[in-house]
Amino acid sequence: MRRSITIILVILRKEFLQIFRNRGMLPIIFIMPFIQLLILSNAATFDVKNVPFHLQDFDRSSLSAKLAEQFTGSGYFRLTGESFGSTQAIGELVGRRADLVLVIPKDFERDLEVSGSAPVQLVINAEDGFSAGVIQGYTSQIIADFNREHRALFSAAGAGRVFPEIRIKSSAWYNPELEYSHYMVPGILVILVTMVGLFLSGMNVVREKEVGTIDQINVTPVRSTEFIAGKILPFWIIGLGELSLGLFIARFVFHVPMQGSYLLVYLVASIYLLVVLGMGLLISTVTETQQQAMFIAWFFMVIFTLLSGLFTSIESMPHWARNMTMFNPVRHFVDIMRRVMLKGSGLAEISRPLLILCAYAVAMLSLAVNRYRKVSA
Amino acid sequence: MKSFRGFVLKEFLHIFRDRRTAAILFGMPMLQLLLFGYAIRNEISEVKLGICDLSHDQATRAITSKLLSSGTFSAKRNLRSPEEIGPAFASGEMNEAVVFEPGFAARLQRDGFCDLQVITDGSDPNVSRIITGYTASVIQDYLGEQYAPFSAPGVVPVPVMLFNPALRSVYLFVPGLMALILMLVSALMTSISITREKEIGTMEVLLVSSLRPTEIILGKVAPYMLLAFINVLTVLALAFMVFGVPCRGSLPLLILESLLFILTALSLGIFISTITASQQAAMMISLGGLLLPTILLSGFIFPVASMPLPLQVFSNIIPAKWYLIIVRAIMLKGADFSYLWQETLVLVLMTVLLMAASIRKFSERLQ
Amino acid sequence: MAEAVIHTENLTRKFGAFTAVDAISFSIGRGEIFGFLGANGAGKTTAMKMLTGLLRPTSGSASVAGFDVRSEPEKIKQNIGYMSQRFSLYEDLSPKENIRFWGGIYGLDRKTLREKSARLLEALDLQEAADTRLSSLPLGWKQKLAFSVAQLHEPKIVFLDEPTGGVDPVTRRRFWDMIYETADNGITVFVTTHYMDEAEYCDRISIMVDGRMAAIGTPDALKDEFGVSSIDDLFIRLVRPTPIE
Repeated sequence: MRRSITIILVILRKEFLQIFRNRGMLPIIFIMPFIQLLILSNAATFDVKNVPFHLQDFDRSSLSAKLAEQFTGSGYFRLTGESFGSTQAIGELVGRRADLVLVIPKDFERDLEVSGSAPVQLVINAEDGFSAGVIQGYTSQIIADFNREHRALFSAAGAGRVFPEIRIKSSAWYNPELEYSHYMVPGILVILVTMVGLFLSGMNVVREKEVGTIDQINVTPVRSTEFIAGKILPFWIIGLGELSLGLFIARFVFHVPMQGSYLLVYLVASIYLLVVLGMGLLISTVTETQQQAMFIAWFFMVIFTLLSGLFTSIESMPHWARNMTMFNPVRHFVDIMRRVMLKGSGLAEISRPLLILCAYAVAMLSLAVNRYRKVSA
Repeated sequence: MKSFRGFVLKEFLHIFRDRRTAAILFGMPMLQLLLFGYAIRNEISEVKLGICDLSHDQATRAITSKLLSSGTFSAKRNLRSPEEIGPAFASGEMNEAVVFEPGFAARLQRDGFCDLQVITDGSDPNVSRIITGYTASVIQDYLGEQYAPFSAPGVVPVPVMLFNPALRSVYLFVPGLMALILMLVSALMTSISITREKEIGTMEVLLVSSLRPTEIILGKVAPYMLLAFINVLTVLALAFMVFGVPCRGSLPLLILESLLFILTALSLGIFISTITASQQAAMMISLGGLLLPTILLSGFIFPVASMPLPLQVFSNIIPAKWYLIIVRAIMLKGADFSYLWQETLVLVLMTVLLMAASIRKFSERLQ
Repeated sequence: MAEAVIHTENLTRKFGAFTAVDAISFSIGRGEIFGFLGANGAGKTTAMKMLTGLLRPTSGSASVAGFDVRSEPEKIKQNIGYMSQRFSLYEDLSPKENIRFWGGIYGLDRKTLREKSARLLEALDLQEAADTRLSSLPLGWKQKLAFSVAQLHEPKIVFLDEPTGGVDPVTRRRFWDMIYETADNGITVFVTTHYMDEAEYCDRISIMVDGRMAAIGTPDALKDEFGVSSIDDLFIRLVRPTPIE
């Protein structure tokens, strides 16, 4: 046992020396992730604001002007142009100069005064269905406000009862402002650390194969387990280090709250890193060139990233895809991080994803040890 | 010229000889588009709803039944009081709670308005927003049905959802996926080509040959253009046939613009390989350095206009952002070139700049 | 002959239908310098890989340092040293760091390693370059270092796979001086080489042709047997059997 530990330390030392000697890679491993973390974390937001809108007022009455003002004064929309031709209106939407065209038809004011109701057309750019929905929501609210404020000016001809209103008071727990950064920062951090870990461990053993030093290793009495442990530990340490710095940034730069326990996060992170590194090593043992190893690692990384539940939710996926994500370690870690950081969940609540990660780690590491054969059959 | 042709031919053979890599380069984009096209959506099919009805009147029951029969909401809990919401959220069994205040219908009748609390689990703000929106639209429908015979409501909004009436999220995502996948594959392919030669040592052979640096760079890009062209065609075909994303504009224009984008991506890959010393570094930069920025800043999922201003400015250097504008404009909006010349110009400029920089860097090596 | 440190009987290795090593049988004694010659692709490297426990034999048997290659490959490894033709040391590490690593892998403790390291660096005249990266050292020095590192754990046998490729004759000669010294200390040296003049330095040689051992014996005895005046000619005679006159 003692001999094993010494040997693992010997390997560890050499790996660290090689990592730090590789000048070209150092900024990529240590600086690039944090630059991305700092820059990209604020990019994720679904807030629709400052929507450019185009006005087509065919009525040119005082009421229509008031309605237009309601839009510009709402704070959601800004006026980017006016016109009178319908093709031009579409053109504004196609040319991205506006996302909403407000068309107030002729006789708008007259209809309101005489019959009590008048339609206005809201042509909304619906490329992004979600944003379109939000824009529609804004317009409904603005129009409802307008109706309420100017009711006196409309005719009462449409009969007595007023259209009632159910006011929806929405609130989001754990994240009342629906601050996306609170949600994204831990996720982006996880992805960055995973990328570094997966790629580095994926290239490692393959590199030795390509260069030829692997034969020299296989000829020594070193055990497979010692070898694998010595290869995993350095990246595990680096991974935890990066995660720590990332958490620090999350807390003090982005003010992401930590409702739960840091200890728990580190425990989970330790296990999670074993999954990722084990996977990388496994890739390394089954490929012959660094290029192949990178392709495979890349393939998985893109899938893990897009199907992590970070950018679109797991709940929007079809059932088969949802089941697939059970095999996505990033998904589980992101899930756990969110629960611990935002909801303050404890060990009991995260037991299911955590157990999955544990099983995964055991599987990956055993496979890696198994596939690394010192003696070719 | 002859040696240039020979060089390009050699690069071609080099790629296609490696069967496995060629299979990956052809098959990967298709596989990924299929996978992600189905899996990346913004529609939630099932909301785990908890109902806290403190009123138990006709209106609340009608609204509840409307919610539950919509097919989207499923009742997970009947909450007796708002205190029960906390633990239900914490355990994850529920992601939305609807609280009807006491005397709901009476208040609605008497005052003409009443309050409905919609509480969502904000730890996933995405889901939170979407399901709040769903709930709001069900409430709107209810009001519309119940009170339609009543008064004229004043100004009546008539929304027209242009380009995507059914509000399908695939319209948003599939073009974005195309951009992402094409970008990644292209950058990956070329980023290794130069560093590989450096490492193996065949670079010396190239450098003493009669080929000029420009020819070498162009020669390295050329074979990948063919591969990428095939990728573009398959990806577009999948978008139309499997996901039903229309092409309302000109298909030839779409293909040309896609090829331009590929050229930009390939140039980026080549540039990366001229500035790195090892294959390892080249690959890490072209994947690790491009994946997240392209996903987050190109407008693929999150609208650029909603980002903080500095990021909006920064997003201009992401080639995928421009391509995405072009693709969506052609496919969804039926735009013709007159709308797109600016974005096209940007891509052309980027390509030229990257190529020039690559050639320059490469010539420096000769010294 | 002293007890065999390497003994094979009908050692065979097939890769699918291709037979790389075809039933070779030989014995090598303690302190012997054994030259393992053959053309490219004749099966030398494959045979060596089987003897060093890197490749499992398809059939036949072999024992190295008293252990069976099939059932006890790991036990062999503590007792042998190896130097491959592709570089076996880490180019991005210094001589001192390489010594520390490879010695450590074999289980040598810090104190022993420190002493051996100092002695080795002095013997090889590498003290000044002890902390520079291997990549900046000339090939000859790297080869000598690799050879010495292969012996840190005091193995009974050292396997050398084309150790002198790519250096000038003087450096090659100096390397062989080191081999002699090793053999004089009772360590068996099993070496493959392309250079026929090096064959003359060996106690015994064997020549592999198409996986079979076409000749084995002392250089002089073989030259007499085949009626040639140099190992070069012997090689040509065996590898290309049709007479050239």
